[in-house]
Order: sequence, then structure tokens, then C-alpha cells
Amino acid sequence: MDPTAILVSMVSMGGLGLLFSAGLSLANKKLYVAEDPRITEVTEALPGANCGACGYAGCANFAENIIMGQAELSACNVASSDAVEEIAGILGVEATAGEPQIARVMCQGGDAEAAKKAEYIGIQSCLAADLMSGGEKQCSYGCLGFGDCVDTCSFGAMYMNPNGLPVVIEERCTGCGKCVDACPRGIMELHPESHQLFIFCKNYDSPKEARKICTRACIGCQICARAVEDDQIVMEDHLAVIDYNTYGQEAILPTDRCPTECLVTLKKDAAMTVEGP
Amino acid sequence: MNIILIFISAAVVNNFVLTYFLGLCPFVGVSKRLSSAVSMGMAVTFVMAISAAVTWLIYNLLLVPYHIEILEYVSFILVIASLVQLVEMFVRKVSKPLYDALGIYLPLITTNCAILGLALFAVLRHYGFVESLVFGLGAGAGFTLALVIMAGIREELELADVPKYFRGAGITMIIAGSLALAFMGFSGLISI
Repeated sequence: MDPTAILVSMVSMGGLGLLFSAGLSLANKKLYVAEDPRITEVTEALPGANCGACGYAGCANFAENIIMGQAELSACNVASSDAVEEIAGILGVEATAGEPQIARVMCQGGDAEAAKKAEYIGIQSCLAADLMSGGEKQCSYGCLGFGDCVDTCSFGAMYMNPNGLPVVIEERCTGCGKCVDACPRGIMELHPESHQLFIFCKNYDSPKEARKICTRACIGCQICARAVEDDQIVMEDHLAVIDYNTYGQEAILPTDRCPTECLVTLKKDAAMTVEGP
Repeated sequence: MNIILIFISAAVVNNFVLTYFLGLCPFVGVSKRLSSAVSMGMAVTFVMAISAAVTWLIYNLLLVPYHIEILEYVSFILVIASLVQLVEMFVRKVSKPLYDALGIYLPLITTNCAILGLALFAVLRHYGFVESLVFGLGAGAGFTLALVIMAGIREELELADVPKYFRGAGITMIIAGSLALAFMGFSGLISI
């Protein structure tokens, strides 16, 4: 073993290393990007799901824009109220937390309930099916059943059930609203947790038509609208719509009077009293 | 004439990704979007060209005269790592969105076997300085070409009905194989 070889190797490689590190530190000084340290703090306080629902490319990008004053902290629905307070503290502003929202599926017309008008062979996406003369089902307002909403959910809070309808797992839903944007029919809606009464239908067709195309459609019989006081439920064309501004917990509606079961109460122990004619 | 042949050979006939199967990590990882594929290709081309030149200099002016050719691998990796650091700093300064889009794949260029392979091939084939540089540029161009083709195909695939267990890396590998088969049609065109 030639000792000079070891020496030469060490010196040459060491020298190269030093040369390159000198060059790099020089370049670092010249190409230095000053970053506000608060950006890292805010990024760590954010949920870190990078879902993009705020409209920015990931949590780090959102944090940058908050610090630069171009984004509102309220744009993030996913952050818990603790996180919002922490971030507000870093920024030195007041924290305003809203009520947590949950996505609801406003259609019950799955494969078993809704009649089909054609067989769709094409790109298995709701958007594509909707563009292709409104999809497979006869109802032109209902759920298309290809699961665009399930695909966009970045929290694993949705799945398609065997009946072809999306299901929201309430504990995992963060109310980010991406499924709402993904649905071409507007079937997905965000509601505060306090809303417990729903009309799960968006069909405006006349009673005769509605009966034919789906067994769970709102046929516009007006039983519910007449049973409540004021305008808590109004009729738009042949669809009953709940006015959540006036609707209170004392709503009077036996939901078992709805002939097609599209009027649903989610929690049985909600403060519902049975009154009516 | 030789220079042009070297360029075309490195870019098309002996494409680093599709013929030598080097640099598959960014090939599969960055080819989801056409825009990031183009950016990655350009970053890799830059690193390849400069590292081809610098490694030639180090090999012929330092290693050979002092008979320490055995340090080839060590010194080449040193050069490549430093260059990638430089490119990273530069990209971060010039375009932060691009830096974010490339993500982890930018520092991963250091371990990209295509770049080390390039340097070692140039040494093996006893290229001169200009020839090494052109070889690096050609290899980078070929890498970008392969990446862009793959990105274009993958963007179309998003609308296709890919079987569930093939989605993502699975179908990408199959397409890569088909592309490699297609590029085999060039073999023998230029023998360098």
C-alpha cells in the first residue's frame, strides 16, 4: 500500500471539497431569499393537509399569502378553532371562528330508486356524464353516481355506497367544500352541524313526472309546506325548499308524512314537536 | 460532424431514460404535469451539461496527472452534488412556484444515476472537452424529450378508464416499456 496515494487522495478530495463549499457559500450569499420566520410558524400551525380548498397551492403557500396580507385566514375551513387562535396570535389579529360545517348529499336517488333513460358508456366521471346529455338517470337534477365528489375529498371522508350514492363520514368531514365544487349538479351542500332537517331532493319536475322518474323525488305535494308556520318551507316550482333562516328547532313536522320520504330528520332527538292539522 | 452525431446519439438513439434505463425516479415522479416535466427536464439538462464539463476538467487536469483515477466516483459525486445545490438556490430565487412544484425531486437530481452515468460514459469513451459538453447537452435533451412524452401521455390518461390496481406507477411503467420499445426503432441508426 503506497502511503503517498492516501495522502494525495485526501489532499485532492479535501481541496476539491473546500473549493466547492467556498463557491456554494458565496452563491448562497448572492442568491439569498429572505423569508419571514412567521411563515414557517403559520405553516406548522395549519392543518397540513394541503387540500387546496382555500384556493392556494398547499398550506405553505397559504401561509405565505396570509403573511403577505393577500389571503384571509377564514378561507381555511379545515383548521380547528385552536389552530385558528394560534395563527391569529402569530399574526397579532383577532380570531373569528365559524361553526363547523358538514357536507350533505341532497339526493336519495340511487340505482334502486331512480329510473334510467340510457346506458352510459364513457369517461367514468360525473362531469363528463353531465356534459353528455345529462347522464344515465331520467332525473336531470339528481346525483349522477360516478363519484367525482368522492375523488376530490382529500380527507377520506366520503365513499360511494353500493346503491350508487355518495356517503359522507361525518367525523372526518372538515367542511372544506371541495365536494361542493366538484359536483356538476349541486347535489353536495355545506350545512352547519345545527341543521338537522333536510329535503334530500333537487327535482323541480311536476308531480306526474317526478313520480315516474324516482321513488324518492319531491313531488311537490306541499304537505310539508302547509304543515309548518310562516315560510319555513317554501315551494319553488314543484320542489319544497327549507328556509334555514326562519327554520328553528321548534319546526313542526312529522317527517313520516312525506309520501316519498325525501323530507328527513337526521337526529331523532332534535327538538321536533308534532303539531299540525 | 462528430459533435452532431454525439448530440443525436445521446438524445435519441441512446436515450438515457429509454435505452439505458437511467434516471427513472424523476421520470415516473415528475411526469404528472407537462409544465413541471419541462422545468425538471431543463434543470437536469443544465446540471448534465455543466457537470459533464466540470467532471472532464477534474478527471483530465487533476485525477490523471496525479494517477488517482480511482477517485473518479468520489469526485464526480462531489461535483454533481454541488452543482445541484447551486441549481436549487438559483431556482428558489428566480421562481418560488417552480421550486415548490419540483419539490423533493430537485435535490434528488444529485442521486440521479443518469448524471453520474453521463460523467462516467464520457470518461469511458475518452471524449474531449467540447465533446463531453455536447454529450451532456444531448443527454439532457433526450431526458427532457422522454419526460415530456411521458407527461403528455399521463395527462391524457387521467380521463381514461385505468383498472384500479394499475393506476399511478403501474400504468406508467407499462407505458415506459412501450416507449422504450418504440425508441428501439432508432437503434443502429448511429453507432457511437
